[in-house]
Amino acid sequence: MSVNDNNLVRIRDLHFSRGRSKIFDGIDITIPKGKITAIMGPSGTGKTTLLKLIGGQLKPQKGSIQFHGEEIPTMKTKKLYEARKKMGMLFQSGALLTDMSVFDNIAFPLREHTDLPEVMIRDLVLMKLQAVGLRGARDLRPSQLSGGMARRVAFARAIALDPEMVMFDEPFTGQDPISMGVLVQLIRSMNDSLGLTSVIVSHDIQETLAIADKIYIISQGKIMGHGSPEQMNQSESPWISQFVHGDADGPVRFHYQACPYKEDLMAECHLEL
Amino acid sequence: MFDWFAVIGRNTVDFLARLGAEFLLFLQTVKGFYALIWRPSLVIQQLFSIGVRSMLIIIVSGFFVGMVLGLQGYNTLVDFGAEESLGVMVALSLVRELGPVVTALLFAGRAGSALTAEIGLMKATEQLSGLEMMAINPVERILAPRLLAGIISMPLLAAMFSSVGIFGGYLVGVDLLGVDTGSYWSQMQSNVDFHKDIVNGVIKSAVFGVVVTWIAIYEGYTCLPTSEGVSRSTTRTVVYSALTVLGLDFLLTAIML
Repeated sequence: MSVNDNNLVRIRDLHFSRGRSKIFDGIDITIPKGKITAIMGPSGTGKTTLLKLIGGQLKPQKGSIQFHGEEIPTMKTKKLYEARKKMGMLFQSGALLTDMSVFDNIAFPLREHTDLPEVMIRDLVLMKLQAVGLRGARDLRPSQLSGGMARRVAFARAIALDPEMVMFDEPFTGQDPISMGVLVQLIRSMNDSLGLTSVIVSHDIQETLAIADKIYIISQGKIMGHGSPEQMNQSESPWISQFVHGDADGPVRFHYQACPYKEDLMAECHLEL
Repeated sequence: MFDWFAVIGRNTVDFLARLGAEFLLFLQTVKGFYALIWRPSLVIQQLFSIGVRSMLIIIVSGFFVGMVLGLQGYNTLVDFGAEESLGVMVALSLVRELGPVVTALLFAGRAGSALTAEIGLMKATEQLSGLEMMAINPVERILAPRLLAGIISMPLLAAMFSSVGIFGGYLVGVDLLGVDTGSYWSQMQSNVDFHKDIVNGVIKSAVFGVVVTWIAIYEGYTCLPTSEGVSRSTTRTVVYSALTVLGLDFLLTAIML
């Protein structure tokens, strides 16, 4: 397969199951360089699993995941760790190390992977903190941060090693409107100013549509649709329309699969659920 | 009928797979010791939180166990007019058995449970995944320093337990019940053998150190990443450690005698 220079990640015919439940059933995704790509879908569709597959934390049963044209699932550990240095990941919980201050959290990857003198590490950490607006919070502990601040610190840590790609796992979930606005603006501005490639996994429609360049919508292990935010907004597919507009009923039923209500009340339900 | 065979077979295969996975993780962790040569500060930090912070409970417990031994030993020995042997009785009980075993049980309760909860919570809050995504191997960075610190701490804590226990026995036997000081120490000195008693005790405590710390680390690393999962793993650490220590103690004693 030839490497397309404009694409950082290429996923082809990806199959992944957990036990008997099929998470991905032959999906294709392309993540272009320098853009913000959003992976969207209802809860439990495996969006976070997809990030873990791209990061090599999980291995697919079948299919190809290429980062810079190199296969992630078959990479040797040492090479995989080298590839991970080019990826930053922002976890939903922030995943900050709780026994360290904000400063030490951001300095952590620099101290682990470089031989830079402490003076230079200090400057780099302050630059990253300044970029996320938290230079004054450097001495706080993670437990003293609000959810939004924790995610901004995690963002600063994710870009500490100047990666090429940053993956965001549900960055807007549980945020107040101000924090949400800050994060939306921060992701867009950092992507453009640092020349990053961003992958956002989310089900917050409005915020994601506002900043994404390309959107994939996944459900039941398949890609339900992909394209620009405008294309998704105007899609005639009933499923995509229901998801984008947040309709309570549609192709995705309001009721979980069950036997008819009357039969159930009369204890005559014979459906195996 | 065949269902029973299937259940037994599946459970046996699961058990063997778990044992194999555990052994492989243990080997990877031990391999991680190599990287610690250049980063002793990681081990020193853990020696402090695992070893130094367990000292209080070990010293206080050792003191009381020694006092009880002094009291019980005197009451038994005095019937035979052998109360001068109190020192050797207290010392042998502590150095050969109670020192390593009780220290390991207390160590499992104090440091083992804390280790499981710490690593389990790191897993539940995605800190371990975060390390992996920062290209840092959590086995080398988190597990290896803790295992090494546990292995170093246990024999030292057991030695403290025995020393303080001997002093507790001395306080009760000599100061309160009137056993002769010279007899207490000289009997101990002449009858406690360095190789047979002390070295064997140290070997036992080192083995218990490996076992208890490993159980704690493994339970934390493989726990379900939920509050219930962490709680269950912490309980399992204490229960498995206690049973394994007592079982191994019998085995080691049988081999050493």
